[in-house]
Amino acid sequence: PCPLLCEAAHCTSGVFVLQIQSCKRERDIHLLELLRRTALHGESNSVLLVGPRGAGKTMLLKSVLKELLKEKDVNKTLMQVHLNGLLQTDDKIALKEITRQLHLENVVGDKVFGSFAENLAFLLEALKKGDRSSSRPVLFLLDEFDLFVHHKNQTLLYNLFDVSQSAQAPIAVVGLTCRLDVLELLEKRVKSRFSHRQIHLLSGATFPDYVQRVQSKLWLPEQFPDQRFAHEWNNSVKVGLRVTVAKPCIKPADVLEASRVCFADAKANMLHGLSILELCLIIAMKHLNDVYEGEPFNLQMVHNEFKKFLQRKSSTIYHFEPAVVMKAFEHLQQLELIRPLDSPGARTQREFQLMRLLLDTSQIMEALQKYPQCPTDVKQWAMSAFA
Amino acid sequence: MTGPLQHPGYDEEKLRKIAELLPCREVQAELLLSLMGQHRSYPAIFIYGHRASGKSHTINMIMKELELPHVMVSCVECLSVALLFEQVLLSFFGADAAALLPRGPSLSDFVRIYRQQCSDSPAKQTRYIVSAKCLSAAFSANNGISPCFAQVEDNVSVILLSEIVWDKFRPNTGCFEPLLLHFSDYSKGELQQILSKDRHPSYSAEFYSSYINILLGVFYSVCRDLRELRHLAALNFSKFCEPLEEGKAKESDTHKLWRNIEPHLKKAMRTVYLREVSSLQWEKMQEMEEKEAGAVRGLSAHTHVELPYYSKFLLIAAYLASYNPARTDKRFFVKHHGKIKKTNFLKKNEKTSNHLLGPKPFPLDRMLAIFHSVVDSRVAPSASIFSQISSLVTLQLLNQASHDDQLDAPKYKCAVSMDFICAISRTVNFDIVKYLYDFL
Repeated sequence: PCPLLCEAAHCTSGVFVLQIQSCKRERDIHLLELLRRTALHGESNSVLLVGPRGAGKTMLLKSVLKELLKEKDVNKTLMQVHLNGLLQTDDKIALKEITRQLHLENVVGDKVFGSFAENLAFLLEALKKGDRSSSRPVLFLLDEFDLFVHHKNQTLLYNLFDVSQSAQAPIAVVGLTCRLDVLELLEKRVKSRFSHRQIHLLSGATFPDYVQRVQSKLWLPEQFPDQRFAHEWNNSVKVGLRVTVAKPCIKPADVLEASRVCFADAKANMLHGLSILELCLIIAMKHLNDVYEGEPFNLQMVHNEFKKFLQRKSSTIYHFEPAVVMKAFEHLQQLELIRPLDSPGARTQREFQLMRLLLDTSQIMEALQKYPQCPTDVKQWAMSAFA
Repeated sequence: MTGPLQHPGYDEEKLRKIAELLPCREVQAELLLSLMGQHRSYPAIFIYGHRASGKSHTINMIMKELELPHVMVSCVECLSVALLFEQVLLSFFGADAAALLPRGPSLSDFVRIYRQQCSDSPAKQTRYIVSAKCLSAAFSANNGISPCFAQVEDNVSVILLSEIVWDKFRPNTGCFEPLLLHFSDYSKGELQQILSKDRHPSYSAEFYSSYINILLGVFYSVCRDLRELRHLAALNFSKFCEPLEEGKAKESDTHKLWRNIEPHLKKAMRTVYLREVSSLQWEKMQEMEEKEAGAVRGLSAHTHVELPYYSKFLLIAAYLASYNPARTDKRFFVKHHGKIKKTNFLKKNEKTSNHLLGPKPFPLDRMLAIFHSVVDSRVAPSASIFSQISSLVTLQLLNQASHDDQLDAPKYKCAVSMDFICAISRTVNFDIVKYLYDFL
């Protein structure tokens, strides 16, 4: 039964397929119509799909494409170019990818010849030569559209939208993004060539809806081989987060455990593992922040603060050489719990370089409570209002 | 002691082997085993924890024992992203695939070649890419395999190991959130347990345990890094056993052994722990007699160079110029300065003590003025004095604070510590503390 279980638990955005199928059917149809017009009637279009992560943008696009390719005419003539903002981080790379996917003549095997300007000119030439009746429609799918906006001069976007506005080869540009303000990022000339058509996908689901959907997703179908197991499983499904071979039934305790793992404060966990000296340095930094209201500090100030604490205690347990304190300080810097204000190339000595603490007072106090075998005087020092 | 790992999906024998190799890490190992099923695994996992908390070791052991297709890359070793891609392709698909990478490959090229190779040789099991020692700065410069890769490709799982928390790695617009796993630090008891495993065969286990106990007593409050502690334990064990070998004590004389080793460990903290002295030097020192050993010449000892007479005074003048505010020069260096009123305004706030803020830049003229007043004989400002200033800059005892182009008004900063300058002043019989504003 394992493979089926794993499959069922694996689709993350599959939960929202139900949403798309149930009440947002008109969006589906709208996009389908748009793309069909490009594919069959030679009309150029551009559209943006905007929605938070996991809202179902890729799912929507996939289902629309599947629907579209069912028609024989479309299947024969439509060309698709898939680009992803995470992979094609530069216009040069993006252009090479487009040329490769369209199998233009300057591609031999996998290698694309020519410089950026040449490739661009070639591509535009190829697209310009056609018109509505004689050239094949091209569908450009840009995933992570907001990353293309950061390329230099937005050349690629400008050219694609330009071609979509002029009477050249019919193309459709579909962008997927998670930023609502993506239009603000476009340059004026690019924005004016865009058709300002946006489809928003918002998951307006409440918690009971969410529970119901996850339940229906994890529900085992009737064709499941082991009926008794399926029955037991269905009974114990509430909201499942961790399913393993060893624990075939989900219980509420597992859910709580899993949620504790997911929501644990990462920085507090790291503070738990510091040595006493490093913890004392952090407390000294907290006191400096309290007294001087968040102004940056350097190692000398922190060490001075620590020495003031030691003066009040008669025990000599914590008297360390300055170099040992420096090593502890550098370890904290490596863990990125403190960060220098300016770049490390600046010509100040290490002891005097100004730093900021990247922890909150509440995080420090919480970590202190959980710290194993924390000496009482250290704890009291931390709690005291004044150094 | 460790309980056996129970997992019905895996071979008993393999589990037992894993449990042996991973002491004190059962909880994490179990979690990982449950995630890495025979079929598809979670696309991105982020494991964070302190140094030497067993992250790479655990993953390595699990991958090896279960024979899962994986590749380990280290972000610290792979200076450029091309090396990273090459390693991944080499491990999964062989040298031919790695040769297909163009020069200066981008992530796009890598994904394309990876997809081609995958379609040529599809795998039933998930492939794992383990990226160790990830640094957040490198990720923001797009120099590594991030969870975005798992977003783009399926049937591959990316495991990131790092000391730094995930919040620093997350890109601005978000990405596929990996599963976060924390490898908690070892407690004192667990450290004792693990360190006692490397016991010397000729001595008993309790003897070694007591040694580890003493070592942890000295170093635990400063360092909890397993690797460092193991190194220190290995270096100092022979000294610990010395009384036994010389016949002065028996294994059960804990107090005598403690008295023998404790000052030695304290010395180690000042030297070997700080890497002032190399392990080789340390071992040699232990062999020599105590009287011969004398002072350990650490790395910082080499900065105490012997300076010529006037250079010392120049350095003292520079220190005074750096750490005294300019308005107080009159008080210190002019013979008849009259009465100087000490108003509330002049009373210094502790925060602005210059010894906490650092040295301030000063113009050359000021330093020379102080120099002439501090040196007891009349010194003509000749080229030899000026050349000594340049050599102080070369020795990095002074830093140039102005740009190279400014020839007429160069500014300097003094870069030596208080202890250093006190030592130098003592050699010329100059009481520097009297002249420092902060110690008035």
